[in-house]
Amino acid sequence: MFAERTQREDIVHFFNACYACTGQREFYENANSQRVSLDFLHQYVLVNYRSIYARSLAVGINHFNQAQIILRLLASGKEAVSNEGALIARALATMPPQRAWKTLRDARRLGINNRRTRAIARDYLRGRDAVFDCVKYRNKVKAVACHNHLSLPGEAGRFLFEKRVAVFQTPLFEQVRRAWHSAEAMYELPFTVAEGLATKHRIPREQFLAKIQSRMTQAEKLRLQKTADIEVDLSRSPLTKLALYALSLPELADEIVAAMQRATERLLHRTSLALGKVAAVLDNSYSSSGTQEKKRRPLGVAWAVDRVLAAASREYRAFWTHPFEGAKPEARGATDLSTPILDALETSPELLVIVSDAVENDPPGGASAVLKFWQSQLDPTGRVTIVHFNPVFSASDYAPRSLAEGVPTVGLRDAESLPTALAFARFATGTATRADLESFLDRRVEEFLARAEDGHVE
Amino acid sequence: MLNDLILAPSQACGAFRLVPLLRNNFRTDLRLGLSKESGFAVDLSKAVYISYIPHALVVEWTNDSTPVATLGTQLKNVRTRSQVSPGVFRRMAKRLDGHRLRFLPLHLAMEGLLALHFGGPTVQWGYFSRQAISKGMSPRVESSVAGWAIEGFDEALRVFEIHEGQVGVLVFVADALATAFATPHPNDYRALHDTLLQDFFGELIWHYAVMYPSLPPCEFPARPESIHTLADLRGAVQVMRQEWAEFGRTASVGLLDVPVTAEKVYEAGPFRLERFIGSLDPSAENHIGERIVAPDGSLQYLKTFRLSAAQTRRAYLLKQLADNDWNIERIAKKYNLTANDILLQYESNGYGWLFHQHVLDAARAYAHRKA
Repeated sequence: MFAERTQREDIVHFFNACYACTGQREFYENANSQRVSLDFLHQYVLVNYRSIYARSLAVGINHFNQAQIILRLLASGKEAVSNEGALIARALATMPPQRAWKTLRDARRLGINNRRTRAIARDYLRGRDAVFDCVKYRNKVKAVACHNHLSLPGEAGRFLFEKRVAVFQTPLFEQVRRAWHSAEAMYELPFTVAEGLATKHRIPREQFLAKIQSRMTQAEKLRLQKTADIEVDLSRSPLTKLALYALSLPELADEIVAAMQRATERLLHRTSLALGKVAAVLDNSYSSSGTQEKKRRPLGVAWAVDRVLAAASREYRAFWTHPFEGAKPEARGATDLSTPILDALETSPELLVIVSDAVENDPPGGASAVLKFWQSQLDPTGRVTIVHFNPVFSASDYAPRSLAEGVPTVGLRDAESLPTALAFARFATGTATRADLESFLDRRVEEFLARAEDGHVE
Repeated sequence: MLNDLILAPSQACGAFRLVPLLRNNFRTDLRLGLSKESGFAVDLSKAVYISYIPHALVVEWTNDSTPVATLGTQLKNVRTRSQVSPGVFRRMAKRLDGHRLRFLPLHLAMEGLLALHFGGPTVQWGYFSRQAISKGMSPRVESSVAGWAIEGFDEALRVFEIHEGQVGVLVFVADALATAFATPHPNDYRALHDTLLQDFFGELIWHYAVMYPSLPPCEFPARPESIHTLADLRGAVQVMRQEWAEFGRTASVGLLDVPVTAEKVYEAGPFRLERFIGSLDPSAENHIGERIVAPDGSLQYLKTFRLSAAQTRRAYLLKQLADNDWNIERIAKKYNLTANDILLQYESNGYGWLFHQHVLDAARAYAHRKA
């Protein structure tokens, strides 16, 4: 019985870490400790629960951890379990291309070269537009092709490896060749490729950005909003990114509010999340300002979750740790979770969602005691379902830090994965068995492998 | 001492526990700011104070209680640099243009300690050495550790979440009070929070930070049987918060409830800048510091330094000498000891140079014979 419990907890721990951790610096911990802690978890689960490790590619964990899993699976092919290859191929196909290529290139850095790796790289290239990828991800494709002895279609081989070529028949390759000599041809290329050439041609940055706009991706446009006057169609951006963008602005414009509204609707349309009476406790203390690498991420996630819950529930009330006047929250002040939790419980909701990094200090340990006493004394039957979402991975706990024993803690990287996280929350309490977990995984794997490519990229 | 300041629940990080000090009503006619001037010496006209001085504080006030803007945000052009050569300050507290005063935080208090009985023996007893008679206590030296050199202090200050309306902080290391810092206005505190890293601390604090890497967690005050409604829980949280504030008060009792000897440094309009020295009782904890007191008796600025046991002892021994007309026999009689014992005590605390060599040799020979 204890073995079963240990196994279940190990697995839940691992999934939680994979939802939240990106190996970057967090407010309370540095990047190094995050990496060391996460590396240990990966290695531990790989060795002890290989089939679960492979199937975790399907449960909606973040791309960073997907890449880690793929590399570790490829490096230890001898113990491979069934349909591992299909899962890896599918995961690579759903990842953003730059991340997928980087993963395959990291295989070279780590010295992973076996038949399966070569086949996976070959199949991945086949599924992509080889000409475009050769141009946009030139160095990565070159490294992968070299390492795996890929046979490249058409002129791609000459484009990647030969120094001087007179003329290409492929239009895009020819465009790149011409862009080396003419600044005008450069504007037909993808933004990141043209960026390097613009420096070579000594074109002023503003002039370049103004003319290249049509070739930028949505994420690039959003990222460069503040450096130049770039028109961006905000309605195409995902909710969490919009929230983070809005938080970075001194004033909140109406169009951003509208765009967030539309993003929320799109998100709900895709996932069909319908909730009853919901209360949310959201942390906007100073620690939610994140770090230089993840600027205001915890706050942005909390705000995006707030928007989603407001739209998805029949009756909704939000309790911020520091109630704010304006249109957007601000990361400021100490963390007093106990007061908003008590306020929220007084409204007797069906579901109480807490979004916080679980480090409280006003008073320390107040919220966990409140939740513990609430569950043991005031609500032993569990009328109120309480879920704690933690956007921050705590290296010393090998998981996102939890608030109280009976309250499930689920790692959450963005509001888009809220439905998944809600579904996963019941495993984190410890009420579900290992068999339940297995069937949950099997179902997710089936969906993952069956789902047609919908091109969903964050 | 902290009459109108409210203690909030502490925030712990490693060996550090930072207790926020809040104020309900803050004045606007006195503001404190940072001056980026740094230096290595202070010219005190008759003496020179030498130390690493990374920053200075500037206080600005008005006499008629009209508000003052935060330092550095006024539109008028104000000279903040002094005209002496860079690195050397003129006086510990110096009046600048308008209603402004520049002073050197903690150095002001430390200089007060070092200047105690600086002139040396006032009665030329035969046993005092030539140096003690002619040069007095010069050069008088104490050592300290910079805040940034204390293990984990930068991290504790970085992750500290500043409260709304917070005007100060009590810094505990392994639950020993290291320093107390208070400013007149919450915005001043926000601007000066990081400067704690550039202040100096006693050696004891540095040791504690290394020796005690973590602190015990706190307990929830309620028992399961006593909780029947949400209001009970709310009450329990309130009690917990109060208990934590109470902890801050009890732990800082060595600073707050001890009579101090204060000395006026500057009269800034209605405000008084003072420096103070604690009881110098070797068996208790001792703090020195400086403060600005408003006319209504409220504390507007406070910064303290905790003396280590050795530092306290040195100051205490010196005070003993001065209080007893620099007469060793009289001290001996007071404590039922012999003059030789007293001499050896002074020698072991680094004051051997005050006495002639043959006097000390005789005392040592006496102790040897007795043993």
